[in-house]
Amino acid sequence: MDKIICVCGHENPAGTKLCGKCGRPLTEEAKQSKIVDMKYDGAAIRSKTRNKSIVDKIWNFFSSVKVGIALIIINLIAASIGTIFPQEFYISVSTEEEKAIYYEKTYGSLGKLYYELGLSDIYSSWWFQVLVGMLAISIIVASIDRGIPLHRSLKNQRVKRHESFMKRQRVISEGPITEGDSAKTLSLVEEKLKKLKYKVRREGNALLAERGRFARYGPYINHVGLIIFLTAVMLRLVPGFYVDESMWVREGEMRAVPGMEGYFIENEEFILELHDNEATENQELQGVNVVAKNYQTNVKLYKQAEDAIPGKADNLELVKEYSIKVNHPLQHEGYSFYQMDFRLNEIKTMNFELTNKATGESLGAVSVDLTNPQDEYVIDDQTKVELLGYYPDFSGFENGEPQTATPTPNNPAFIFKMTTPENPEGEVSFVAIQQTIEPNGDNEYKMAFNSVETRNMSGLTVHKDSSIPWLALGGAIFMIGVAIGSYWNHRRLWVEQLEDGTIRLAAHTNKNWFGMKKDLDAVTEYAHLPKYIDQSDDEKDDEDEEKEKEGDSTL
Amino acid sequence: MDKKKKRSITRGVILVVLLAAIVYTVYTSATNDKVKVLQVGDKAPEFELVDLYESGLKHRLSDYEGKGIFLNFWGTWCEPCKKEMPAMSNQYAIYKDQGVEVLAINIAQTDFEVKKFIESLGVHFPVAIDGTKGVMTAYNVDLLPATILINPEGEVEKIITGEMNETQIASYMESIKPEQE
Repeated sequence: MDKIICVCGHENPAGTKLCGKCGRPLTEEAKQSKIVDMKYDGAAIRSKTRNKSIVDKIWNFFSSVKVGIALIIINLIAASIGTIFPQEFYISVSTEEEKAIYYEKTYGSLGKLYYELGLSDIYSSWWFQVLVGMLAISIIVASIDRGIPLHRSLKNQRVKRHESFMKRQRVISEGPITEGDSAKTLSLVEEKLKKLKYKVRREGNALLAERGRFARYGPYINHVGLIIFLTAVMLRLVPGFYVDESMWVREGEMRAVPGMEGYFIENEEFILELHDNEATENQELQGVNVVAKNYQTNVKLYKQAEDAIPGKADNLELVKEYSIKVNHPLQHEGYSFYQMDFRLNEIKTMNFELTNKATGESLGAVSVDLTNPQDEYVIDDQTKVELLGYYPDFSGFENGEPQTATPTPNNPAFIFKMTTPENPEGEVSFVAIQQTIEPNGDNEYKMAFNSVETRNMSGLTVHKDSSIPWLALGGAIFMIGVAIGSYWNHRRLWVEQLEDGTIRLAAHTNKNWFGMKKDLDAVTEYAHLPKYIDQSDDEKDDEDEEKEKEGDSTL
Repeated sequence: MDKKKKRSITRGVILVVLLAAIVYTVYTSATNDKVKVLQVGDKAPEFELVDLYESGLKHRLSDYEGKGIFLNFWGTWCEPCKKEMPAMSNQYAIYKDQGVEVLAINIAQTDFEVKKFIESLGVHFPVAIDGTKGVMTAYNVDLLPATILINPEGEVEKIITGEMNETQIASYMESIKPEQE
C-alpha cells in the first residue's frame, strides 16, 4: 500500500487520518469534518495499513473491535450456560453412568440433554477453552495494534500544529488578546498552565501543554492485567503448579502424600466433638439432632531425606506437627491440607475369648490387631490359637474359599485353629460377624467375641495453587488500569501566536470536557486570551450533553 | 519493504505463540488430570521396597539395571489380580534366567494377609508391600491390577491395566528381555 505524503513533506503510513507531524487532515472524511476524530490521535491503526497475506488477515480479524465484542458476548453466553445446572465437579457421584442418571433424575429430560451435550463439564471442554483463548488473542492483538501507534504518536508530538488541525478541534479560540502586552501572552499561558500541573513545551511562537497523558494507557494496562489473569488460569495445567488431591489416612497410619513428592503424613488422632445441648427449636425444624463443635485431625508431616525414593519410609524427618481444624489447614511450602471427610469407628482390634462352649469357661483372651495379624497367639504351653486366614471385608465363599471384597475391615472374618489341652490336634473354626462355621463338625471350643477397638479415619485433601499470586497480580493490574482510564484524563492545549500577535488556540481531552473548560477559563482569564468556543455546541446540543456524561471511552 | 516484511514476521510469531498456548491448554486439559502422569518412554521412578520374606532384602529399581522389570501392583481383594498370578509365576520361571525380574507390589495390606494369600496360591516370585502407597503414587496406579513393564534401559515400556492371560504375560516378558550378548 502507498504511503501518504502530507503537504508538509512528512511521510505517513497508509490509513493515517491526521498527519503525524503537522496534524493536517489527510483523508477526505477528515478534511470535510468540522471536528476531527482524535481516536488514536489520528494515527493509522496497524491492521488498517496492510491487508495482504494470511498472517495479516488473521491479525486483522483478531484486531477488530467488532470481533472482540462478539467474542466477549459468546464467552459470556457460554459461561452462563454452565451455571444453569450444577457442574459435574459439584456432584458427589463418581462414575459416568451415575452422573448421567443424576442429571436425568434431578433435572428431568433437560438435565439429560444438558449432560449429553457436555454442558455439565463446560469449563473443561475444548471449545470453551478455545473461546477463551480466542478472546485472549483478540485482547493482545487489538492492544498491540492500537497501543503501539498511539504510543508512538503521543511520544512524537509536535508542538506546532497546522491550522487545519487546530481549527478542527472541538474547543478553539482565535483572535487578539483582550488586554495587556501580546509579547508576554505565551509566557503567561505557560506560567498558568504549569501551575495547573500541565507539562508545557514551547517551540518558537507555538506552545503545547499536556496533562495526564498516562490516562491514555489505562485500557492497555487493564488488558495486561487480564492477560496475566488468563495466563495464570492456563498455568494451572502445568504439572506441579496446581495440585488438588485427596487421601484417606487412618489413625496411626502413615501415607505418602499424593502430588507432594517425598512427603508423608501420619494421622495421630481424629477428634469429633459435638455440642451436648438440648436440641433447639431451629435444630428441630431442620431435623438436626446434634451439632458439631470441632473437627480436628492431629497430624505429623514428615519429609524424606534428600536422596530418598518412593517406597522407602525410613530416614524421615519430622517437618511439622499440627492440629488441622476447620479453617486452620496444615500449611507447608504452598501446600495446604484440609479435612474434607471423616469416618468413625473402623474396626482396628478384635478381642476374643477362647471359650469352652459347654462350660462357658475361658482359657484366655486373644486380641487380633487387624493392622498386623499374627500367625499364632500363644496362651500357654498347651493352649494356642493359630490364625489361618483373615478376610477384612468378607463377601462369601468361592470354591469353599472365603473372599474379601475390599482391603477395608468392614466385615472381618477369620479362620482360627484352636489348640487346647483337650484337643491337641486343634479345632478349626471360621468366624465372621454373626456367623460361625465349624467345617470339621462340632467343636468343643469357640472364639467368643468380646469387644472391638476402633479407630477413626480422616479424609484429607492436599491443595496447592501457585497461580493465586498471579491471579491477584492480574486482578490488581486490571483494576489499576480501569482506575487510570476512568479517573484521569488526557488534556492538551495547543496555542500559537501568529505574526500579528493574535492567538490561535485548540484544546482536546479524551474525556471530561467540563474539567478541560475549567482549566481553559483559568488560562483565558490569566493570559487575557480571546474567548473560546465549543464547536460541538453548534451541533446537536442534547446528544452532546449525553456524550459529555459518558465521556470518551475510546482506547 | 523491509519494514513490512519485519512486521509480518512479528505478527506471525505473536500469532503462532498465542495459538501454541491455546493448543497446549486444550491438549493438557484433555489428556491429563492435574498431576504428572507416568507415560510410556518416561524414566521409571526409582523406588525401594522391603521383601516380604527377607527383611534384609531390599528391592531397589536401580539394582536391576540391565534387566527387564515386570512390576505388578495387586491386592488380595482383587479377583483379576489373583487370576493372573499363577501365569506370572509360570512365565517368571521361564524368563528369570533370561534377565527378566518380576516384583509383585501389594498395596498397603498386612504381612499376614499377603503371606497367606501368596502361600495359598503357591506362586513363586518376589513380593513386597507398599505400606505408605508411595510407589503406587509414583507410578500413578489407581486401578488394580496394574502392570508396568520397564525395559533394561530403565524406561517405561508399557503400562497395562486389567487382567492379563498367560500368552500376554509371556509376550510382555519377551518384550523387555535384555539382548543376549
